[in-house]
Amino acid sequence: MTNLLEVKNLTVKFPTRHGVFEAVRRISFSLGRERLGIVGESGSGKSMTGRAILRLIKSPGILEADYITLEGKDLLTLSEKEMRRVRGHRISMIMQDPKFSLNPVMRIGDQICEGYRLHARASRAEAKKKTLSMLETVLIRDPERVFNAYPHEMSGGMGQRIMIAMMLIPDPQILIADEPTSALDVTVQKEVLEIMDKLVRERGMGLIFISHDLNVVSAFCDRVLIMYSGRIVETCRADQLHEATHPYTVGLLNSIPQLEHPVDHLEVLQRDDAWSKDPSVSGIVETEEIA
Amino acid sequence: MSMSTELPQKSSSLYEWLTTDTPTSRKQARLSSWYRSWLELRSNPMAMFGIAILLALVLIAWFAPLLAPQSPFTQDLAARLTPPGEGGYILGSDSLGRDILSRLIYGSRITLYIVSLVALMAPIVGLFVGTAAGYLGGWIDVTLMRITDIFLAFPKLILALAFVSALGAGIENAVLAIVLTSWPPYARIARAETLTIRNADFIHAIKLQGAGALRIITRHIWPLCISSLVIRVTLDMAGIILTAAGLGFLGLGAQPPSPEWGAMISAGRKFILDHWWVATMPGLAIFIVSLAFNLLGDGLRDVLDPKKNSK
Amino acid sequence: MAIENRSGNRRKRASIPPWLRGIGSTLFTVLITMVGLLFVTFIIGRVMPIDPVLAIVGESASRATYDAAYQELGLDKPLLVQFFIFLLDIAQGNFGESLLTARPVSQDLLRVFPATFELATVGTFFGVLLGVPLGVLAAVKRGSWIDHIARVVALIGYSMPVFWIGLIGLLVFYGKLGWIGGPGRLDIFYVDMVPNITGMILVDSLLMGDMGIFRNAISHIVLPAALLAYYSLAYISRMTRSFMLEQLDQEYIVTAQVKGLSANAVIWRHAFGNVKVPLVTVIALSYAALLEGSVLTETIFSWPGIGSYITTALLSADMNAVLGGTVVVGLVFVCLNIFSDLLYKFFDPRAK
Repeated sequence: MTNLLEVKNLTVKFPTRHGVFEAVRRISFSLGRERLGIVGESGSGKSMTGRAILRLIKSPGILEADYITLEGKDLLTLSEKEMRRVRGHRISMIMQDPKFSLNPVMRIGDQICEGYRLHARASRAEAKKKTLSMLETVLIRDPERVFNAYPHEMSGGMGQRIMIAMMLIPDPQILIADEPTSALDVTVQKEVLEIMDKLVRERGMGLIFISHDLNVVSAFCDRVLIMYSGRIVETCRADQLHEATHPYTVGLLNSIPQLEHPVDHLEVLQRDDAWSKDPSVSGIVETEEIA
Repeated sequence: MSMSTELPQKSSSLYEWLTTDTPTSRKQARLSSWYRSWLELRSNPMAMFGIAILLALVLIAWFAPLLAPQSPFTQDLAARLTPPGEGGYILGSDSLGRDILSRLIYGSRITLYIVSLVALMAPIVGLFVGTAAGYLGGWIDVTLMRITDIFLAFPKLILALAFVSALGAGIENAVLAIVLTSWPPYARIARAETLTIRNADFIHAIKLQGAGALRIITRHIWPLCISSLVIRVTLDMAGIILTAAGLGFLGLGAQPPSPEWGAMISAGRKFILDHWWVATMPGLAIFIVSLAFNLLGDGLRDVLDPKKNSK
Repeated sequence: MAIENRSGNRRKRASIPPWLRGIGSTLFTVLITMVGLLFVTFIIGRVMPIDPVLAIVGESASRATYDAAYQELGLDKPLLVQFFIFLLDIAQGNFGESLLTARPVSQDLLRVFPATFELATVGTFFGVLLGVPLGVLAAVKRGSWIDHIARVVALIGYSMPVFWIGLIGLLVFYGKLGWIGGPGRLDIFYVDMVPNITGMILVDSLLMGDMGIFRNAISHIVLPAALLAYYSLAYISRMTRSFMLEQLDQEYIVTAQVKGLSANAVIWRHAFGNVKVPLVTVIALSYAALLEGSVLTETIFSWPGIGSYITTALLSADMNAVLGGTVVVGLVFVCLNIFSDLLYKFFDPRAK
């Protein structure tokens, strides 16, 4: 069995007035049926990586890679039409803020049905039934009412649960979650994460969890990639994060306040230009290693 | 607020002083941001084309007596309706044998006169109304904005027509009518700007120093409203020209024998089927000038639009 | 959760539903605007340099006749009372009598309005039909040749005097090529053959089933309508483009793409779905602008609509006709504004 997803030497660049800006530089990683975290500060290229996998880099951005394989099939060789069968159907993505990622003038039910009907070629009634049960799965109490509501009538936590329902309804194998909880109140963050975690586990999906929050990622994922200025500087298992060696990771860890070990001053991250010049660390794991 | 304005150091060139990332005074920061906008505008060929035409227009108006081959009023009935290029009439002659080119050259003065008067007066009226409404608030705000809305609800050209007919035809009245119909959008802009400035910390600070409403409005709010009004006026210039020409065409603007372009089209209308040039030439002049204003306005908007970076 | 809050708190406090209150305040605003509009018109009428009494009784009337007419017109009363009488008259549809046609202005307006309505409607129809897709395409293919074409089309539209291009059009297509009918709504031969049912010749000729007249009417309307359509296309395509660009930048577009929707579905169902709402206002505005543009267009094409009615009245100092025409066009403007407001509330779920 091969990895679910394997990315080799992915580069995303944007031509600007001052030359070409490389948002992501030659990174490689793999994803099994596991939960992979990608951590980095804003501008580190982590979101671009998520969108690149779906081949959703807006022009004038340029996407280059040796390959991006989904179960051995290189996505880069697909036509745009074939790629559309992959999006939603096999790889899905949840974005940061449901306030902006849901269409404000379309009923929620219609937005959820849309993807399902497209991929499952289901009838309207069938899609509605499936949607209502999906809404129940993400713990929405009154699915019938939510089905006919508009996004602005929802709170942030509800919105993100709706997003999860919408993205999981065509039963994809991989879910990319791009900062799925950073726009939410702290109190509902955990709730949404738990729902997502449960569904991903039950369905045996692969999850790419993109976040700036090292705490959440280490608690929630199996494996972590640390990105800095467009490249992967370190990769390790989440439970071994404290053994990380790269100065950037260490710096990040030291700048997190810890209840058990209170300190007077949190360390300020000292940056080193060399970090952005080192070659990327490979995040590819051979399948045998994942038990 | 320091009042010192530092001059560029002698060692560094003016260019460096203008493009620095660390301006040392307000004046330098403002000049430098203008200079950057100018650099960007300069890289837009269409906008530069518009500026070139407008510069040419100003020069033509200025040097009209030197440039015009003939007087715009001299009639020569023997040479009436001469086609372009014949008998020394480069753009032909009109029904009274006057040289159309000379009339167009002199007409540019009228066009510039109307446009600059309206572009000066309408925003000033708008500025008065808008800042008063925005700063004073309460029932003054409600009343002033109601009046603004009423004027906004009127069809502009028809209101201008009614005004001119009440005041009597003529350039000055046409200008007045256009001003009366075009101030409301400026009032809205000025009010919106005022509302955002009014609660700024520095205004509170000035108030604590004992400044009155009049002083705050004239010394602090007006200067900050001006840049957004200037952009809007540039965008509106073409519309002003077209409205003025329309009034002239209907016989409500400049009166004959004045070589106003709209009135010239109107005079050429009778001969359009057999002597096309009489009405065509002034129309082309109007078209070129308002195109130039539109090109410049478009370019300016691109440069000054805060959302431009999302390209 | 937001739903629960909303239904819980509000219902108890007010028995009037919010949408009804919304309409109520809109109506109040409209009423004030209308009265203000009439007041401005009234003032314009009063400062006109024409003596309305002289216009009625004639130059040679005796002092007594003059004074009688002066009082009959109510000119001796205070200005506010005069305005009140003016309001009452207009509320009853009474705009006075036209000097030029010697008929009530209201009758004249009823007669000329359909012609303008027909012209502006045909113009807006084609302007929307072509302008909306052009704007959408220009936004989707930003920076491509079609975007540049759309830009040039709009620039020309914004820069060209309508009365001039109308004349040139007449010269070329009527004078030189003979492809179209000349000024007016019909050839003289047909003029009295159409019954006045709706006042719109295209409709009336179809109703009486005369294709000859219908074709003739088309040959006359095609140039002025094409001109107006061009102007509305320039405006509508520009606005559509900028609305679309704004929407295509939104996150929900990425969501739609992630779902695997086709480009067409993303553009038309999702992005355009959000553009429809503000576009309604733009179309209403452009329709209003065409009604106004009719003043110049109708003059060029001798189109017997409200625009040429007002200009003719103006040039012959027919005060009642000018004021009546101005009031009617102003009222139509206000109505279009309310209409687009209501449509906005209807289309945008957030406004409910």
